[in-house]
Order: sequence, then structure tokens, then C-alpha cells
Amino acid sequence: MSARLFTSRRLSSSTRPGTPGRRHLPTVALSVAALVALAGCSSDDSAPSGTGSATNGSAADSVSVDDPWVKAADSGMSAAFGDITNSGSEDVTVVSVTTPASTALELHETVENESGSMVMREKDGGFTVPAGGDLVLAPGGNHIMLMDLVEPVVAGDEVTFTLTFSDESTLDFTAPAKDYAGANESYEGGDMEGMEGMEGMDHGDMDHGDSDAATTTPGATDAPDAGDE
Amino acid sequence: MSRDQAHDPGRGGPTRRQLLFGGAVAGIGAVAAIGTDTLVRRDGHGSEGSEAEQALNGGLSVPFYGTHQAGIETPPQAHVTLVALDLRPEVDRDGLRRLLRILTDDAARLTEGSPALADSEPELAQVPARLTVTFGFGPELVRRGMPDGSSAGALPTWLRPLPAFGVDRLEDAWNDGDLLLQIGADDAFTVAHAQRMLLKDARSLTTVRWTQSGFRRAHGSEKSGTTMRNLFGQVDGTVNPAPTTPDFDDLVWIGDGWLAGGTSMVVRRISMDLDAWDRLDRSGREQSTGRFLSTGAPLTGTREHDEPDFEATTAIGFPVIPEFSHVRRARSDDTSERIFRRGYNYDDAPTGDQVSSSGLLFVSFQADVDAQFVPLQRRLDELDLLNEWTTPIGSAVFAIPPGCSEGGFVGETLLGDGDGS
Repeated sequence: MSARLFTSRRLSSSTRPGTPGRRHLPTVALSVAALVALAGCSSDDSAPSGTGSATNGSAADSVSVDDPWVKAADSGMSAAFGDITNSGSEDVTVVSVTTPASTALELHETVENESGSMVMREKDGGFTVPAGGDLVLAPGGNHIMLMDLVEPVVAGDEVTFTLTFSDESTLDFTAPAKDYAGANESYEGGDMEGMEGMEGMDHGDMDHGDSDAATTTPGATDAPDAGDE
Repeated sequence: MSRDQAHDPGRGGPTRRQLLFGGAVAGIGAVAAIGTDTLVRRDGHGSEGSEAEQALNGGLSVPFYGTHQAGIETPPQAHVTLVALDLRPEVDRDGLRRLLRILTDDAARLTEGSPALADSEPELAQVPARLTVTFGFGPELVRRGMPDGSSAGALPTWLRPLPAFGVDRLEDAWNDGDLLLQIGADDAFTVAHAQRMLLKDARSLTTVRWTQSGFRRAHGSEKSGTTMRNLFGQVDGTVNPAPTTPDFDDLVWIGDGWLAGGTSMVVRRISMDLDAWDRLDRSGREQSTGRFLSTGAPLTGTREHDEPDFEATTAIGFPVIPEFSHVRRARSDDTSERIFRRGYNYDDAPTGDQVSSSGLLFVSFQADVDAQFVPLQRRLDELDLLNEWTTPIGSAVFAIPPGCSEGGFVGETLLGDGDGS
């Protein structure tokens, strides 16, 4: 069993005064035990916490992913969230992400379309995390989209992700799956294929979820602008 | 989120905070202009000088990690909600592990005043108010949690429904359960949020069997350490081992096995017939318990903690503390037959002709239910004048696993490692 539970939980007042409740966590350890429901996935042994498979001075070296989580879903699509922090002096760019849990992933942003609805779409050029800053992935905002789940992701599963940066360095993190009724943003263009996938995300918790997911959400009050400038 | 926030020139800081707390920031309007970091102050106040420096009880937190779970030795908070969950049929050992890891993580974050992961109302988590979350396991959970092929040795003999007592009028609605959450805080709002967050994360694996809420005096109303009164007006719980003393440790903590550092919990919902109690005069009330109502002192003493003198007799030769009194019947010559009580009052809405539907949410911790609680309850069952006005209507027994350290989870001594998954 992994020595860590999802994330190490180091309470810290570092980096930004005035945010006493803020948590700065090292990148979480890869845990094989975590992959119980993802049979056939990586068989690597646990890596120590806070490390990526990075070389010195690489983008991955200066980045940590804090408080990651992924939305539980039976099939189709899901999404992963967390805070990506760049402690380095250069901007870094996440260009791709992989996980054994999904055959395809996209980096998504949520934007307002011409009709005023908040919709999500693939982020051109990936996620840039400014030097000394961070990028929050949150429902209604930027997120990592799992396009096609290999098998159900159920609450309490732990899903491993690998971020690849523009310099080709990589960083692993593990996100626990949580039941979450939100994160039902619509797809830009919203064709039937996308809608079906979104139904898969709904997990049957809300009676009206399917119909909601199949339409755009006007106003989308829970969907802040992308916010990554 | 409003446009002006999206255009905030600051990078990194405000942007992240806005996103993290998106909805609520919008709810308080233009706060983005002054930076939203003030939202996460534990004391729930803005950054306005001395007021913010004031030590508020809402900002106090109880450490989650440790040898023992919090919420047992912790001085009782003003509010508690007990939630008993039933495991869904398909939940197996792996499912239990997933459940307990998620709930442990939620509890650890919430008790320190941080939102749980995926907390959709993160602001509500900012006032821990001494929040504790204590997990208890019913027999069914332990059975499902045992590693394949292991003997049934993990199931303590006392982990089963209590023997039937003559005074019991148990209602199924308040009995038993597979997983217990004891959620306590000095702020009922904090309890409500923690309860909802935990239940959201348990819903795919459990269903709610019952919930029971209780209260004591509000925080700050009385000197801390004051013995609770129940709704009969009695000082209730004077004789109680003091946490962290060797006496307490011996009586409460289990020494070996997967429960080492843990204990057992008895929950009894005891209905108190206040309307009938009203017909009893003050001296009758004191005779029934053997203590003065004013101070809680035994009828042979003057101060609450005076030792009762069961030999003392009245001028005409009757015991001053009657044989049938609660204090006499609760006392055993065998000092190992003691328990640690951490109960609460409840006050439900009356129905029909009632003017009250109140009682005691009796909670006790002891290393061995059969050796400590049961003999005590038998004596009370046989003869205790208080039985005239009190009726147990709910009963449950749980194993309380030990605490865990950072990175671990509550229940790992039962569910951890083992099958190598």
C-alpha cells in the first residue's frame, strides 16, 4: 500500500502570504496499489513522492500538481482537476497528458461562445503555467478531459496521469476518483457523439442530468472564464 | 464569474483563487478587486486588522492524525451528528478500502479547516470549530473487510447487538449499522457541511441507515469542563474517567490486534419522558438519581465530585442514597466495570399530544463492551428508579479502529496490505 493517501498533506504558508488555508502539496506518488480498478495498467513500483521522471532543469522539475482528483464515471468521458504549480523561473507548457484510464485525452478550456453559453473546447497549444505561478484545473474551467474511458472509474479509484511538457520532460501524478454531480459542461459544437459521452459522465446521480448534459448550459454560472489570460 | 475578475491584471494569485472559489466569489460581487485571498481566512473574517487577529473558536482545529481517532478524548463539542451507514450489497474489501481512503482524506482536510477534494462549497469548510470525524465499524463491515481466508478472529466477540434488556423498547429506525460517522463540532453549520461532504463521497458505496443529532451547551456558554446536564435537569456524567490518564487508557483503549489503539462504541437512544418527569417533585427527582439537582453532589456530599457514601443512613435507618437510585445501581464494586461516557441531548419535534420528544443520545467508549458496558447495563436494567422515565429506543455497537498517520487511512489495520492488490 502506498505510503501516501492521494496527496501528501503539507500545510504551508509558503509562496503567497495571506492565504493561510492554502495547501501546497508535493506531486503525489505513483502507487500501483492505487490502480486496483485499472487492471492491466502500469506495473511500475511506487515512485517516491514529489518526483517526475524529469531531468535536472526540465519543466517537470519545477512543476507540482496539488490536490488532483478525477470525476468518477461509468464510461465515455470524464475529467481531471487539480492545481498545477510552476516554481521555476520560466513559463512551462503542458502539451499533452496520458493515463491508462483513457485511450485519449485532451487539454480543455471552458469559454463563452457566440450565444453566451459556456462551452469547453480543446486548448490550442496546451496549458501554459507561468513562472512562479500556477494554473488551476477546476470544474467549469480548464481541465484534463478523458475522452474514452477504458473501464469504469469508480469513487476511490486512483488514476495515474502523466503530463508531458514542451521540452518533453514528463511528470506523473495520481488522482483519486470522486463522485461529483457537477462538471457537466457542454462541448463546443455539441454534436451527438459528444453528448453521448457526456451522458456517460453523469453517473446517474441526477435525474435530470442526461437532458442537462445534452444541451449547452446558458449562463453557466458555475463556469468561470478560463482565467489563464 | 464576473467579467472584471476575468480581466484582473494580476497573474497567478487572484486568478487561481477565483477559479478555486469561482461560484462564491461571484456571489459576493466585486471582491476580486481587493483580492479574494481574504476568503480563505480560517476565522471567516476579512483581513481587517485587529478583528481578524481575534482568536475565534471557529478557527480552532483538532489534529486528525494520531494513535487514536479524534472525537473520543477530545473535550465534547457543542454539537454532534451520528450517521450510521449500510454498505451496499456489492461492496467488498476493495470497495471498503476505497471508501475509507476517500472518507479519511475528506475528514483530514475538513477537520483542519480546508475544503475536501471536489468540495462544491469550499467556503463552508473554512470554520472547523474543533471539528472531529470518528469512524466506527459494525460487524458486517468487519466481516467484509477481513482478508480472504483469514479466520474470523478479526471480529471481536462483543461486536454484535447488545443482549436484550427488559427496559428496551428498541425501534429499528435507530438500531445497528455498518459504518458509523461521529461528526462533532462547536458549530452546527460546520457539522452540516462535513456531514454532507462525507455522505456525498460515501453514496456510491453506502446508504444512510439513520442519523441522530445531539447538543450540549453552546461553546462559551459555560466554563469548559463543566459536566453536562441532561434535559431532566440532572448533572449527567460526573463519574467519568479523565482522558489521557492511565485509568482512562486502561478502560478505553484496546491493546492488541487490528483494533490496538482503538476502542468500542455503544450508542443508545434513550427517550426521556419529560412529561411524566414533570409530575415528580424535586426531592423525588433527587432520590431517583441519588444526587442533588443543584450541584450534582451525591446526597451524602456537598460538591459534585464528592464520593457517594452508600453506608450513610437517615435518622430512621434508611440509606441516604437509596438502593434503587441511579448512582447506586450504576456503581460496581469491580472497578474494571466502568465506561467512558460522551453523550449528548436530543430534542425532537413533539407530535400529537406530546409537548416534548426528548432524550439522551447516550454514547460510551470502552475497551470491551461485554466486560464493561453489559454488566453495568444489567444492573440498571434490574433496578434503577430512573427506568420509570427513561426508555432505550435505539441501540448500536461499533468497533472504533485506531487513528492513522499522515498518508494512511482509518481502517488500514483491517483493510490494508493483506491481499496485495
